[in-house]
Amino acid sequence: MSALVGVSARRRRTDQLGRGVLLLATLIALVPLVAIVYTLIQKGAGAISLSFFTTDPNGRFLGDPGGIKGAIVGTVLMVALAAALAVPFGIGVALYMVEYGRGTRFASVVRYFVDVMTGVPSVVFGLFIYILLVVTKVGGGFTAWKGSVALALLMLPVVTRSAEVVLLLVPNDLRETALALGSPRWKVILRIVLPTALPGLVTGSLLAVARAAGETAPLLFTAFGLSTTSFNLGNQMNSLPIQIFNDVQKAQDRLVERAWGAALTLVVMILVLTLVARLVQRRSRTA
Amino acid sequence: MNGKGTAESMDSAETGSDEGSTADARPAETGAAPSRGRISARAPETRVAEQHDRGAADGHRVSLKGLRAFYGDSEAVKDVDLDFEPNRVTAMIGPSGCGKSTLVRCINRMHEEIPGARAEGEVLLDEQDVYAEKVDVVAVRRSIGMVFQKPNPFPTMSIFDNVAAGVRLSGKRSNDLKGVVERSLRGAGLWEEVKDRLGEAGLGLSGGQQQRLCIARTIAVQPEVIIMDEPCSALDPVATLRVEELISELKRRYTIILVTHNMQQAARIADKTAFMLTGEMVEFADTEKIFTNPDDERTEDYVTGKFG
Repeated sequence: MSALVGVSARRRRTDQLGRGVLLLATLIALVPLVAIVYTLIQKGAGAISLSFFTTDPNGRFLGDPGGIKGAIVGTVLMVALAAALAVPFGIGVALYMVEYGRGTRFASVVRYFVDVMTGVPSVVFGLFIYILLVVTKVGGGFTAWKGSVALALLMLPVVTRSAEVVLLLVPNDLRETALALGSPRWKVILRIVLPTALPGLVTGSLLAVARAAGETAPLLFTAFGLSTTSFNLGNQMNSLPIQIFNDVQKAQDRLVERAWGAALTLVVMILVLTLVARLVQRRSRTA
Repeated sequence: MNGKGTAESMDSAETGSDEGSTADARPAETGAAPSRGRISARAPETRVAEQHDRGAADGHRVSLKGLRAFYGDSEAVKDVDLDFEPNRVTAMIGPSGCGKSTLVRCINRMHEEIPGARAEGEVLLDEQDVYAEKVDVVAVRRSIGMVFQKPNPFPTMSIFDNVAAGVRLSGKRSNDLKGVVERSLRGAGLWEEVKDRLGEAGLGLSGGQQQRLCIARTIAVQPEVIIMDEPCSALDPVATLRVEELISELKRRYTIILVTHNMQQAARIADKTAFMLTGEMVEFADTEKIFTNPDDERTEDYVTGKFG
């Protein structure tokens, strides 16, 4: 007699129950996500206009309170400087761990501390820079570049860990082949390993940038705020998170609406960065 | 270490002055200035024709003396003496894990790239020990090329760049990179198939073509010895045949060390065959003798298929 019989009723019921529970959990998890996006658009869309992006807060009690031009400029500049600091160092640390220190005790100690740094709250980085650079008045009190340093510290472990994962994905065959052709190790890294890992390195760095762009705490103690547009990283500088932080505490609806508009702008900027990161990754997979 | 197989020296090799003449004397015979280096300024067309159709050159001898290889504390190769003769294909056979791959990786010092791995004993390339203290490991690998089991073109590079990578990565200067690439691709029997799409990705080729591309990349460096570590084990029978023909051609210019799992392959193309078992060299003789009348019982059991 054949053992091929239909699925028992009990197994079918268990299967359906299992699927149902998981689907429900997913739907519940989606609720806050959708709610956030909905609230942002509902409350922030009204603030969006051309002048919202081209003017600075003007301090008037009535009428148009001014836009967030300075905050956007500040966020872009400070995050750019932070990325310029964190990305080369982060990739450098990852290269060391993967290419030179593989299997050594030192590399695993470094990896452990990088992991610890990933979990350090961002406010701690802000306080650290505040004590180290702001209180001591190195090159002035509150300045934008100190905010960038705090953001860079925040990004460093993210960049390092993502770069390490990507570098480990480069097949060892390729390194061996290049070495067997008579290539010095530094050339293997520059000509073979880095080009092969490039899309992943870009993606990891962009995600770290996206994370840093939304951070408020490190900037609160370092770059502080300024209501006008500034391109001088040696001065105080406004940023989107700080603008939101300040506006939302005000007792005027116009200013609270500006905070929501700024929040919507920030989320869209980060969304675009994330999309670009995904595109880079996808293109490399099809290539 | 200076008898490089340039086209100049090939001309004289043609006339039969190969065994006796010293490597230094040969370029002078044909009137080429030694400073020209390996890549001559002659028109590529004639060079290619020479090298492809009539090219033959002195290979180089590789001798192992008391070679031992370790992974941590375990000994993978146990005190092996072996002589790889110039312009011959020497096959290394034996069951998986017998140490044949480890042994050949000691020859170009790739063994030491694995953490915890080390080697003892001597590997002589024309009387020079590649493990001598002063020897630059990079120079060893330029002289002793290697083709791997899995075809592995560099994924970010075109067909042209893959072959050129052999030259660029090894830091050689070349005024005629195009010529080198064409000669190497012709040498690997791939030129006719790819000459119209050199800019396309190396990974777009078929498995067999990729492996010949890897061989072209290896010979672009102009090594003296080529190690092939199971070069056909990832290929279909037709592609295998094509690579085997290529190996038989390449031995006119290089000393070839071939690791293979496939005993028929060893029987087809190897001049000499070495049989290894659990890290030991059991028997080394002419291929015909190994397969028809081996001295050692274990060899006979292996080649007749009683184990392995």
